[in-house]
This record gives sequence, C-alpha cells and structure tokens, in this order.
Amino acid sequence: MSARNRRLLALLPLFALLAPASGRTLPAAGKVVAILNVRIVPVAGDDIASGTILIRNGRIEALGAGVDVPAGAEIVEAKGLTAYPGMIDGYSFLGLQEITGVNETVDNRETGRINPQVWAIEALRYDSMHIPISRSNGITAAIVAPTGGVVSGRSVLIKLDGWTNREMVVKNPAALQIELPAIRGARGGGGGLGQRGGGAGVQDTGRILAELKDLFAAARAYEKRRNFARKSPAVAPPGFDETSESLLPVIKGEVAVMIAVHADRDIQAAIKFVKEESLRAVFYGAEQGWKVAADLKASGIPVVISSLYAMPPVWDDGYDQLFMNPVRLAQAGVKIAFASGSAAEAKDLPYHAAKAAAFGLDRKTALRAVTLSPAEIFGVDKEMGSLEKGKAANIVLADGDILEQRTTVKAVYIDGKPCDMSSRYTELLDKFKKKGERK
Amino acid sequence: MKRALNILLLAGLSALLLAGTSMAAGSLLIKNGTLLTVTRGVVARGDVLIINGLIKQIGENIPAPPGVTVIDAAGKFVVPGLIDSHTHIALAGLNEGTEAVTPEADVGAVVNADDTGIFTALTGGVTMVHTMHGSANPIGGPNVVLKTKWGRPSEEMLVPEAWRTLKFALGENVKQSSRTILPGGPPPRYPQTRMGVNAIIRRSLEEARAYMAEWDRFEKLKASKTPPKALLPPRRDLRLEPLVDLLKGRMVARCHDYQATEALEFMVLAKEFGFKIAAFEHAWEAYKIADELAAAGIGISVFADSWAYKMEAAEGIAYDAGYCAKKGVLVSINSDSGERIRRLFNDAAKTMKYGGLSETEALALVTINPARQLGVDRIVGSLEAGKQADIAIFNEHPMSALARCDMTIIDGEIFFDRAAIVKAREDGTKKGGRP
Repeated sequence: MSARNRRLLALLPLFALLAPASGRTLPAAGKVVAILNVRIVPVAGDDIASGTILIRNGRIEALGAGVDVPAGAEIVEAKGLTAYPGMIDGYSFLGLQEITGVNETVDNRETGRINPQVWAIEALRYDSMHIPISRSNGITAAIVAPTGGVVSGRSVLIKLDGWTNREMVVKNPAALQIELPAIRGARGGGGGLGQRGGGAGVQDTGRILAELKDLFAAARAYEKRRNFARKSPAVAPPGFDETSESLLPVIKGEVAVMIAVHADRDIQAAIKFVKEESLRAVFYGAEQGWKVAADLKASGIPVVISSLYAMPPVWDDGYDQLFMNPVRLAQAGVKIAFASGSAAEAKDLPYHAAKAAAFGLDRKTALRAVTLSPAEIFGVDKEMGSLEKGKAANIVLADGDILEQRTTVKAVYIDGKPCDMSSRYTELLDKFKKKGERK
Repeated sequence: MKRALNILLLAGLSALLLAGTSMAAGSLLIKNGTLLTVTRGVVARGDVLIINGLIKQIGENIPAPPGVTVIDAAGKFVVPGLIDSHTHIALAGLNEGTEAVTPEADVGAVVNADDTGIFTALTGGVTMVHTMHGSANPIGGPNVVLKTKWGRPSEEMLVPEAWRTLKFALGENVKQSSRTILPGGPPPRYPQTRMGVNAIIRRSLEEARAYMAEWDRFEKLKASKTPPKALLPPRRDLRLEPLVDLLKGRMVARCHDYQATEALEFMVLAKEFGFKIAAFEHAWEAYKIADELAAAGIGISVFADSWAYKMEAAEGIAYDAGYCAKKGVLVSINSDSGERIRRLFNDAAKTMKYGGLSETEALALVTINPARQLGVDRIVGSLEAGKQADIAIFNEHPMSALARCDMTIIDGEIFFDRAAIVKAREDGTKKGGRP
C-alpha cells in the first residue's frame, strides 16, 4: 500500500462524516458548522496554514487560526485537507445539453440570428447528469449561456444546487449573449471548429455591429414611442416588439452584454461598439486578445477565456498561442476568468486555468480566475468567489491543489450545505462493482 | 606501401567522420533530471546516456563521451516518450465509407508526413502513434504505427517492430445512426443494426476462412511429391487477405466499440475464429465487463472522460480506465484527436482522481501500456538501457496539471525543443517579424 493510499484510508471515517445521506436538507436556523484544522486558501487574502471555518445560516461567519468554536456546533474534522472557495465557470452549457449528438437533448442553440428574447433559465434542466459531476469536482456556480446566431439570448448565473431551475438562480439574466464571427480561416479555437460565431450568413464584423446599432436604435425609438403613447391617449402604442423589449435593459446598462469575439481587429471594433453604445460588457474568447492587450486594458472590459481544449486558430501565432493568451492578457492587467464552454466537460474548468499556469500564468491569478475574478466580472463578488466573512459558504475541501487533475475533491458546500457527492459516474460505477456479488 | 598507408588513413578518417556524424545524429546525454522510468521506479536525480538512438545507460554522474551533446535537465522530469494508442493524425484519408467491409483499404498507403498533427503530438511529448483507419466500416482496414518524426519522410516514421493491426468497428458509427436518408438519395447501407454488424463480420470471417482453406489446399498439393498436373492457384482476393492474416495470427484486431454487449459478442467471434483482439477502442462500457476482458487478456484503449457526445457514450464514466486497470485489464488512454493528443498526459492524470491510480500507474497508461498493446514494449515505453531513446522532458511531473512538455526526443534526436521555439519567436519579434 502506498503512502498516499494509507493517508486516504486514514481519512475514510472523516468522509463518512462529510457526506451525510440526506445532504440536501436546509440547515436549521442558527445552525453552526465548524470545519477544523483545515488549510485555508481564501483567494482574498493570505493562505492560512491551519485554521477553522465557521458557517452559520449558510454564510461564513468567521475563518482563521484563532476562531472560537461555539458549543453545539457541528464539527467537521478536515486535517490534511485544503479549503477553497467554490469555483465559478465563466461560460458553460450546463443544463442545456445532455448528449451533444442527440438533438432531442440539446437546447442551447436557437435557430435564426437575432434571439434576445430567449432565456437560458427557462430551458435549464436542473437535474442534468452533468451538474453533480461538475459540482463534485469543486465547481459551485456557472454561467449557462445560449449560443448561435448573432444575438443568442440571455445567460444565467446559477449555483450548482437546487431542486428546481429557479432555485438555482444567482443572477438572471447574467448577460445578453452576442456572437461575432470566427477568425478568418480559423482551424481550432477562435471561433473555429465547433465554436463558430456570428451565425450563418453575414460574416462581416463591421456589418454585424452596424446591424446591432440599428437594432439598438430601433429599441430606443420603440421605447420613446411607447412612453409617449402612455402620456398621449391620441397616439396608438406600438405593437409588442420582443426584440426591442429584450434589448432595452441592455441599452440602459441594467444588463451586461457578453460578446464572443475572437480576432484582434474584431476586438478593437467591439471595444469601440461597447463605448459608443455605453454598454456594460464582458468579452468571451478573445483568442487574439494578446495582440491588442493594451486596448483591452484601456477599455476595462474583462475577458472570459474560452476553453483551452482547442487548437490555435492561426498556425503562425505559435502552437502555444491559446495557452499564452491568458498569460499575456493578465500581464497586461486585463481581468480574466476561465470557462469550460461545455456541459459534459464543465468539470474540467480548473484545468484550463492550470494549463495557462503551465505556460506562465501566475498561480494565484490562475486560481483567482476560476473563483473571485468571475464573481467580480458578473457582479456577485459580494456573495461568492472567495472565503470571506459574510459570503455564502461555498466551500471545497480537497486533498491537494484544486487546479490539479490528480487531486480529489472530498466535500463541497453550497450555501453551507454539504452537497451530495454522488453522480452519474459513481452511480454506474457502484452498480457494476456489485456485479461479482450478485452472481 | 605508401598507397596502403593512404588507404588506411582514409579508412581511419571516414571511420572517425562516421562516428562523428552518428554521434551527432542520435546521441545525447541528459543530465540531472528526475527520471520516471515507469518500469524501474523513479531516479530522483539521474542521467540518461543515449548512443546511436538507443538508451545506453541510466545512472548518476555519467561522463559525457566526446562529441555528445549534453542536455541539462536539472529540476525537470524525464519520461519515456508518450504513446498514443489511437489517433488518426498523419493520414490523407481514413474512411472508405461506401462499403461496409473494406479490409483492403490500408491507411499505411496514405501516410501524410506533412500533417501538422505530427508536430502537435510532439508538443505534448508524444513520440509514437497508432494511427488508425476510421470507424465507418464494421471491418475497416489495416492501421499503421508511426514515430512522430516531424520533418522526415513517412518511410522514416514507420515502426517495423509493431504488430500489424486491423481495424474493426461496432455500434452507432457503422450502423450509420446519424446518417439522414434523403428521398432520392443513396439507400441505407447494410448493416443498420448491431445484429447486422455482427452478421456481416461473421460472414466476412467465414469467407476468409474458406479462402484460407483454398490456399492451404493449393499449397499442400503444390508441395506434395506428385502435384496434380492441372493445379491452378486460387484467385487472389485482396479484400480477404488481411482477414486471413488475422486468422493466421499475423495481424491482431483493434475493435472500436462502445457498448458492453457488442464487445462481448465480438469476443465470441474472436474465440470461434481464433483471432486475437489486442484492444477495444473507446470501450465506454468496459467497466461493466472488466472481469471478462481481464480473463480474455484483451486490452482497452479509451478516453479519460470525453463522453456524452452520442447515445452509446452516455454511460461512459471517467472511472472506466482506472477501474479496469485495477481489475487487471491492460489499459491505455488515447487521444483520438489532433488536439487532445497534446494533453494526453493531463488525461492520464485524471485516472488518479477517478480510479485512484498512483502517479506511476497513471503514467503507464500513456507509455508502457500502449507499447504493450502495439507489441513494441521491448523497444519503447519505458526508460531502460537497450530501448530506443524516445523521451519527453517536462518542467513538472507529467501527472501535474502544471506540467508543460519542454523537449521531445526520438531515437536520440531532438524533434521538439520549446526553448528553441521561444527563442526564435523572440528573435523574430525583435526584427519586426512574427511574434
């Protein structure tokens, strides 16, 4: 038996404690949980070699080395484990896709080009088999985005726990999703294979942005006429226009736009567009962002890096271009977050950050880019993204660095509740482990 | 006398030159790395001496022979070159989808040495690939094993020591589940069910067996003391010949499968017709039949966790590889992708999380295990004296997510050197050229 296995064996009774059978009951009012002797990586602030995390009513009440544990608190002994904030996927299809090749199970791509009226939350399959798999790997929240066309619809930020789709909502809508064309001739990432942006038909970024400007202008005119009609009974109100209705919160800056944009010049054009329209914006992809990193930095627009499980879109940019892009963006001072861009592989979120770290991204920045940075980008950093007093107790206990494939996540808390760690993976494994016994 | 002396001098000079060139071409000394031998444990700080493409010596403080380039691997991890047991890179074509049975369609005839996938493989430390016929046919055709010698002609990439393998495929791809039959378009291709798939393979094997018997009869009569006067050889059938090779043990089967039932039924055929299945490909339900596979000595070449992309992959759990390995099945992790190939080591590491394999066991899934599946474990797959010097050097332990391949060596020659690429890029930038 290896030393590693011996260590794991010694921890077994602890895991039994960590995974109560019910797992989903709401904590009783005033219920206090104390995680003891745990290494704490709060992301905000310095690491704590060994300390206590106190959870009350689903929130972090205190954490640190000198925390007093109140009498009656439920004790979780976590020696040898490290506590991290739950990770946040900056762009996923969780709940919108089950089996990508079976169209009946795919709901993330509406037909047509302009679909601001659709909501991801309304199709979100809350008991998707992919959600417990991601959750048990330490991901506690995710952007779920519609895709396709030019305006794909409204994304939602969910926590990966809940008995109905609406129970999972953290922020809805998270953003209006807009997609600009792929890099011309892209062969991999950058809107290439499987990531085609801009929809069918027009592939000219200038024309698409002009079209969007027209749509925004039409929405403003629609609202003006509607407001005027309210005051003037002689004027007929305009007929209901779902496109304009859906765009208005974006125009007013109440809802952000998340723009999938890939080529360097398109990024510059999108920055100009965002400025001219006074939008709150997040970019997604930005594979050639490193070529215009200074412009990005000056714009203040953060970037959600798309999946690094892709080839460089342009061969001459170098084999490692996709891995170096987040490194260079971060070095230029651009705020970045990582994303899975997937449902079945959403559990791999931390490995995209790790891949960038392998190519030079500062390790703290890498971890931040799957925790606090996405929380800031989507405006929920008061609620989640780090282990801090007052925040939701979204906590991951792992036997090593959560960015590593070789690390095992032992327990996950969302809003202070220990999550069910079983999944499609474990259900099937457990079923066939019994094969020999049943014979 | 003088002439003889001249000849001697010449001979000596050319011997020196020869030695010099061969030293330069396939000889290296890798110093002070952490050596992950896979089969002989870990050397915390050691050297690997490579002479003429072979690992000559593994040890500590090995002096550099004259003319041998020294590579400083201090702080780095030196591992056997990774082997991808299932890819389709370096091919100019891989599916002959018009017919169901095409054993004559050999991908070895269409190796494309210019495919940038070969370079991409090197950037992930992959030095050998089993590059395969596609999965459009129940019986596809022969596959080929290559070393990823980017920049060399395809003949130099071939690995003659490898087993000859024949591609079979079962399930959704070959029954063409995703094909839309348009009115007026080509009719559906037989087979359209898993029953038909099994039946057409059986029929082909029967035909091959009869064809083999015809030839055996001919050869026997021809060799007899009194061969019949009008003895004619049977008509050659190029479609059946690879199947005869399979039945005679000159080839082994590599069978694309997803569901447990189709795998078990293919095993029935293998037993009945007496051929060897080296491995099932993808085998997303192998964990359901791990005992049966282990007992039959059949390996699996699988994804770490890429699943749920089609119905038959809906029960493909990430524990598949690790669980089967612990049950005694010979498991390799493959890429089946020109992109995933550069993170094959990351995929192998996932078996530590899902399956509880050790670092060495996980690394074996992309080194010695695929070597065993391809019949090349005597020449590659681990760091051992006498083996071919196919080696990858990583900045971190390759089972770490923070690992990056910095150098890839094949037969003692450097085929990928990240530092050189970065330097060239920086020099280019200074000149205002490409970044």
